[in-house]
Amino acid sequence: MSKEKDILNKINEMTKRMRKNILDMSLCAGSESSHFGGGLSIVEITATLFGSIMSYDPKNPEWEDRDRFILSKGHGCLGYYTALHEIGLISKDDLMKFEKTNSYLLGHPVMNRKKGIEFSNGSLGMGLSIGIGVALAAKKRKKNYKVYVLIGDGECNEGSVWEAAMAAPNFKLNNIISIVDRNNLQQTGTNKEIMSVGDIAEKWRSFAWDVIELDGHNIKELYDAFSNERNSTKPLAIIANTIKGKGFSFSENNNDWHHKIMSKSQYELAIKELEKKL
Amino acid sequence: MIIDEKSSRLWSLIGSRATFGLTILELGKKNNLMVLTADTSTSAGLDRFKKTFPEKFLDVGVAEQNLIGIAAGLASEGMNVFTATFGPFQTMRCCEQIKVHVGYMKHKICMVGLASGVVLGTLGYTHCCIEDISIMRSIPGITIISPADCTETVKATLAAIKHKNSVYIRLTGDMNQPVVFNKDYDFEIGKGIKLLDEGNIAIIATGTMVHKSLEAAKILQEKGIIAKVINIHTIKPLDEKLIHELSINSKLLVTVEEHSVIGGLGSAIADFKSTLNDAPPQLFIGLPNEYKKSGKYVDILDNYGLTSEKIAKTIENKHKSL
Repeated sequence: MSKEKDILNKINEMTKRMRKNILDMSLCAGSESSHFGGGLSIVEITATLFGSIMSYDPKNPEWEDRDRFILSKGHGCLGYYTALHEIGLISKDDLMKFEKTNSYLLGHPVMNRKKGIEFSNGSLGMGLSIGIGVALAAKKRKKNYKVYVLIGDGECNEGSVWEAAMAAPNFKLNNIISIVDRNNLQQTGTNKEIMSVGDIAEKWRSFAWDVIELDGHNIKELYDAFSNERNSTKPLAIIANTIKGKGFSFSENNNDWHHKIMSKSQYELAIKELEKKL
Repeated sequence: MIIDEKSSRLWSLIGSRATFGLTILELGKKNNLMVLTADTSTSAGLDRFKKTFPEKFLDVGVAEQNLIGIAAGLASEGMNVFTATFGPFQTMRCCEQIKVHVGYMKHKICMVGLASGVVLGTLGYTHCCIEDISIMRSIPGITIISPADCTETVKATLAAIKHKNSVYIRLTGDMNQPVVFNKDYDFEIGKGIKLLDEGNIAIIATGTMVHKSLEAAKILQEKGIIAKVINIHTIKPLDEKLIHELSINSKLLVTVEEHSVIGGLGSAIADFKSTLNDAPPQLFIGLPNEYKKSGKYVDILDNYGLTSEKIAKTIENKHKSL
């Protein structure tokens, strides 16, 4: 039990450092701007996965038995690069080159296996299909790795998400876990205003996935959901209720921060808020 | 696979799709292979493959975006992946997946566009494909092969699996295809083949139009016009060396294709030729950039001047004006 407490504490500490790094990167991106809100909503998810759940070897990033992570909502990359920094694959110097010319860290992930970036993403609705291919390859080659695919709720407007959602249970891929970052906002408004996906948990369930709904900022809930042994032949969908822009008063649930330039004064305010929590 | 007169005759009878199916059956015996279709296994001649190697076959249903995504995921894990469905759905429905997974990320997939061109004319233009070469040419890193006959479909399929880049194989024509190659020959991706090598007109053709061009050359010969016939089976990368040589030695280049005259073989050659000094003029023979009344394959080809007689006539007329 205390071991689990230690793990949860470790993940919690990770999330604080990740948020600090996200602030630094956003400020550093300057007028190039960054997808701030959708990066912050996934921090607890990526921290839990990379901090305790997934198997990998930072010394051998291409280890063939590693668990795979696919950021289908590629614009959430701030919450991905900062997690890869936590496990030692991306240096702080490199984080600070975010969106600079010739940097390998652009505003959407560019495949770079040595740095832990499995695929290039950004065009929405494509990650789950790739994940199915990777999960099928595991079954074909009798490998035990798992495939985690993080999808946005706005992204679920894309029909291709549902082509993939239909296929995974048909192929009995119990080694793929789809996480939906349900922050209820998409680029230009709320899901409801733009294109509601309706009861999203029910939709995944009706496609024959096992479904868990949880608080996507609650590390214990995430840890339990990911670490519970499953005997199901179905794939697992985790509907993570989150807050876009989570962590800072000015950005939480404020869709202006979908993609926005950070000012120095906003940065300083955010740092103060972060320090209060530390 | 034994390539001789007998086998090439058999393949031409069954057509390019079934020939592809036989070739992939052969490849299934020894390769780390996955063959994916989108509810098109019968059309792709894959029913025997499906029965023989069920573990190497995957049907993703009528979902082409998912087809390319899954194919890329499998390829990223080191598997040899073929996908096969009808031309429009193989290239356009999933065009952006091809851009991102195959072009941008360079996952190697062999994509086979079935019944491309206008062979399915009676089904209407939804099922015809006169745009695929154009679209695929614009995506970096994809090799485009358009076999001249069923023997070349075998050669192209065998070459594609060994090729380092992703490949789009464009299958054209019907059953009972004419034979261009009735014995084994050197097929090299990116290297055109001179079938007739005399005269100062160069007819450069691809796919089904190669045989028609050979027949057209015979008709022209009777009228005293001698023409070369070149099979450009690989449209990308284009055999620029050969096109350069033909430009030097010819006073007219004629391109013939069962594809829109925009973006296909003719455009590829014109793009390159425009960089040369003193290049000869070019006559584009192909399908116009329009969707008009469709119908039977032979009728569409005839309507648009893609029969041997009409190709010869068009060239003869142009020849007079030179």
